[in-house]
Amino acid sequence: MSEEFKIEIVNPEKSFLVKEDVLEVVVPAFEGEMGILKDHISIISFLKPGIIKVFSKSGDENYYVEDGIIEFKKNNLSILTSTIFSVTDLDKSKQGDLLKKAEAEASKSEISDQAKYLADQKVEVLRSIN
Amino acid sequence: MASLDDLKKRIASVKSTQKITKAMKMVAAAKLRRAQESAERGRPYSEKMNNIILNLSNGISDKENAPKLLSGTGENKVHLCVVMTSDRGLCGGFNSNIIKKAKSYFSKILNEGKQLKIITVGSKGNDQLKRVYGDKIIENISFKESKNANYFDADKVGRIIIEKFEAGEFDICTIFYNQFKNVITQLPQAQQIIPLNNEEDHNNSDESYEFEPDEDEILSNLLPKNISTQIFKAMLENSASEQGSRMSAMDNATRNAGEMVDKLTIEYNRSRQAAITKELIEIISGAESL
Repeated sequence: MSEEFKIEIVNPEKSFLVKEDVLEVVVPAFEGEMGILKDHISIISFLKPGIIKVFSKSGDENYYVEDGIIEFKKNNLSILTSTIFSVTDLDKSKQGDLLKKAEAEASKSEISDQAKYLADQKVEVLRSIN
Repeated sequence: MASLDDLKKRIASVKSTQKITKAMKMVAAAKLRRAQESAERGRPYSEKMNNIILNLSNGISDKENAPKLLSGTGENKVHLCVVMTSDRGLCGGFNSNIIKKAKSYFSKILNEGKQLKIITVGSKGNDQLKRVYGDKIIENISFKESKNANYFDADKVGRIIIEKFEAGEFDICTIFYNQFKNVITQLPQAQQIIPLNNEEDHNNSDESYEFEPDEDEILSNLLPKNISTQIFKAMLENSASEQGSRMSAMDNATRNAGEMVDKLTIEYNRSRQAAITKELIEIISGAESL
């Protein structure tokens, strides 16, 4: 039996990625990284800033996301996110921009603890991409 | 009857108007294709979002303590209406249709003795509403600078709405926009977004989900996003409708101008002929009298 399932990543503008031959996906869920294999139990969770790793037969891909929701149901993984970039497409200048924005956000004093935590996460992940 | 010179001038002016409307039609057609594409591409996101929320709200155990964005404040006194129109005119009945729909809703609410607050998105709607409902408009948002509808703008509107909701400024929020059906037909829509109205399909799927973290936390995170998503959807539909409506309006205008040119040309030719005949009669009768 095949070990593949379907992944669909959509952002508000378009359907970002659809793949049918995915073996494993690792998502940065809010309470820690989560690996999803075929026949995972139905789950809904949301994401914190981090890297989505997609392992498929046609090659592995990494995507940087800032937020999002995932839903896994009947071997269909849907990821809804407003900000997503493929790590391979993310050049230095773009990355620098995002990092600067995240750092500015993190250094603000009058934000809630949760927002601060998310901003710190962004900075950390963006730095680690290099 | 107008003189020959006047007729000539009128024909020239109608012709140049026709050129403008023709050009506008072309531009609208090109823009329409893009707007329509992005409206179609944006649909999966809002549909999936809706689905997830539906599943979540079905699975929620404690209906009493559900987030207010989902269940409402429990009251029905203050209505907030977000009227979304375009920033530019010359698009046929596009703006008037939304306004008409909104106005009938407004008068219904006011007749029931409820309080009304209005946010207008797009300057045309503001222009039309401020005469009658000027004192009810609490905010006017316009995105003249941004060329295409983008999520960032929608999020801004969403944030404003949520801020006001959390401050307890209203109980029920409805958005008005045009849904794009095809180039000729756009359907004005009134969609209630707070509290979320998902009565239409309660497909009691016994699918049970695992939630991480728990339902309440996911919901309270998701619902604000859903507001922005719904507004974004409305903006995409609106921009496609606007271009479609403008295209057919300009097409009509071009055709009307063509008819007018034909009519004026006939009139011009006739009066020229009449002038010639008159001169001939004068010469002949002059010669006869000699």
